[in-house]
Amino acid sequence: MRIDFQIWLGTLQALKRNKMRSFLTSLGIVIGISSVVIIMSVGAGAQSLVVNQIQGIGGDLLAILPGASDSDGPPAAVMGISITTLTAEDLEAIETRVPEITAAAAYVRGIATASWQNKTDDTSFLGTTGNYMQVEEGAEVIVGNFFSEEEANSISKVAVLGSSVAETLFGGNSDPIDQRIKINKEFFRVIGVMKERGTAGFQDQDDQIFIPIATAQKLMLGINYLTFGRAKVAQGSDVDFVIKEVIDVIRDRHNIDDPKEDDFSVRSSESALDTLKSITDALNYFLGMVAGISLIVGGIGIMNIMLVSVSESTKEIGLRKAVGATRRDISMYFLIQTIVLSLLGGIIGIFWGILISFLASVIANVLGYDWNFIISISSIIISLFFTLIVALAFGWYPAKKASSLNPIEALRYE
Amino acid sequence: MIELKDVHKEFVNDEVVTKVLHGVSLKIDNGEFLAIMGPSGSGKSTLMHILGFLDTLSMGKYYFDNKDVSSLDDNTLAKYRNKKVGFVFQSFNLLPKTSVWENVRLPLLYSNEKINSKVIEEAIKSVGLEHRKDHLSNQLSGGEKQRVAIARALVNKPDIIFADEPTGNLDSKSGIAIMSILAGLSRMGKTVILVTHESTTAKYAKRIITVRDGLIVNDEINKDVIKTENINGQLK
Repeated sequence: MRIDFQIWLGTLQALKRNKMRSFLTSLGIVIGISSVVIIMSVGAGAQSLVVNQIQGIGGDLLAILPGASDSDGPPAAVMGISITTLTAEDLEAIETRVPEITAAAAYVRGIATASWQNKTDDTSFLGTTGNYMQVEEGAEVIVGNFFSEEEANSISKVAVLGSSVAETLFGGNSDPIDQRIKINKEFFRVIGVMKERGTAGFQDQDDQIFIPIATAQKLMLGINYLTFGRAKVAQGSDVDFVIKEVIDVIRDRHNIDDPKEDDFSVRSSESALDTLKSITDALNYFLGMVAGISLIVGGIGIMNIMLVSVSESTKEIGLRKAVGATRRDISMYFLIQTIVLSLLGGIIGIFWGILISFLASVIANVLGYDWNFIISISSIIISLFFTLIVALAFGWYPAKKASSLNPIEALRYE
Repeated sequence: MIELKDVHKEFVNDEVVTKVLHGVSLKIDNGEFLAIMGPSGSGKSTLMHILGFLDTLSMGKYYFDNKDVSSLDDNTLAKYRNKKVGFVFQSFNLLPKTSVWENVRLPLLYSNEKINSKVIEEAIKSVGLEHRKDHLSNQLSGGEKQRVAIARALVNKPDIIFADEPTGNLDSKSGIAIMSILAGLSRMGKTVILVTHESTTAKYAKRIITVRDGLIVNDEINKDVIKTENINGQLK
């Protein structure tokens, strides 16, 4: 196919002649493409945030959740259902009976208002076992100690403060160790302060108070079940095999013969990661499709303007034919206009998309999220490819209409 | 040389057949200045369109330089329009908001040759508008616009210039100037075919044919050719 430089030049001059119309024609594509780029970038940023949160908990970790659930579906707790079947003894049994489990920790959570002298902090408490420190990656005590397994099981009123709780109550001037703080209605002796960890597993690890599991269950909540448990798998073990072993132990303890009657579920952090990735992927595809629709709307906008342009240029088309333009020359003249406008819109759209995505990542970081600014080359290539497809698809009809005009009738057009 | 032999033209619109030309035969030699006259609806414009490769004939034969061009396809017709003929229209038909230079260049965009600026400059100079070449078409007077149209018609060095009511939208002074340029072109050896219904305009031509009801009813040598002077001394 021959595309003369002169024809390109003439086309560009035609676009220059109608600057405002050219701008408005491209606007739909600018919006469509910038939406695609923003959605792909923000989607990738959100996904990396989710992945970092899960990885922050630690790899090779099993989550033992009360209530049965499909391994790909949400756990029962998401639906707001409290299930009372999982106990601290289950976790102990897992730790002792499954050799590949190096440590298992039990967890219960509650809302807490902590106070010391005249300072109060609305926070939460986490009742857990002594081997929390072995299970949780990055957990470290900077002052004092974490409570022992014995303390954890003996309803002792000791507490380890998250770094931000310590900061709120003691402000960094007073030594919190051995101070008596009030959590809800009970007094606790502070025995340690945790090192700052940030957010992991969508929980601010610094804004909580760690107390022994038995204390939390019996004294604070009046329950004997767990919110969830976590178990660390020895390095190099076959995680799927370990999951099966853990399931067997709990089934044995709960006297379950039929897997359909399981009142618990076991997941690895890997599978949680896969689940979350598949959810965010699906969300990204959906949003991408919505952005794609805006691109189609933009394309229809271009087609409409080009049809108007063909109608307005009827006499000019007649003249061009009279001085020797062929049908192909005329259709190229309009198709090139559409392609140039679309690509121009696409490039501006990519620029805006990158800029807005960058601003979004800056804002997210300012708000305290560990948000990565991600722009993939593939998103830009896909955007440009779709721009070209839209240009060809929606430019074809006006171009064909223009080229099929009869030169005499076109010249007479008023 | 142009020769039409028993040319018929009919238009079919919604199964309604309108016969416009009923067997026109005509010979035009190179370098002739010919006026086609006739009342509105007589078929003179259709005749010009066929001669100028804008339309095809329904029946008969059309020889151009002894070559049968009666049934050419769209692309070949476009090539003939680009290389062999140039058009000057009543309403100038210049590209809006475009410079004189770019307007004159237009036919060159559709020829397969490299654009030579010198050729464009020469065409503009030949109509005496070299000082206006960078002006936009909407900044020109009617007479100047028509001169640009003539330069555009000349730029590809065609054999024949077709002028369809070239003075129709002009005041008499500009009209005379345009007719002088066309007469000058004829003196340079170009074939000039003028379509008009005004007898005063037709009198610039050396030969006048009259079309009525799709037939040539009169073909005569004009003995009272209006003498013209060269405009700006450019066309000799």
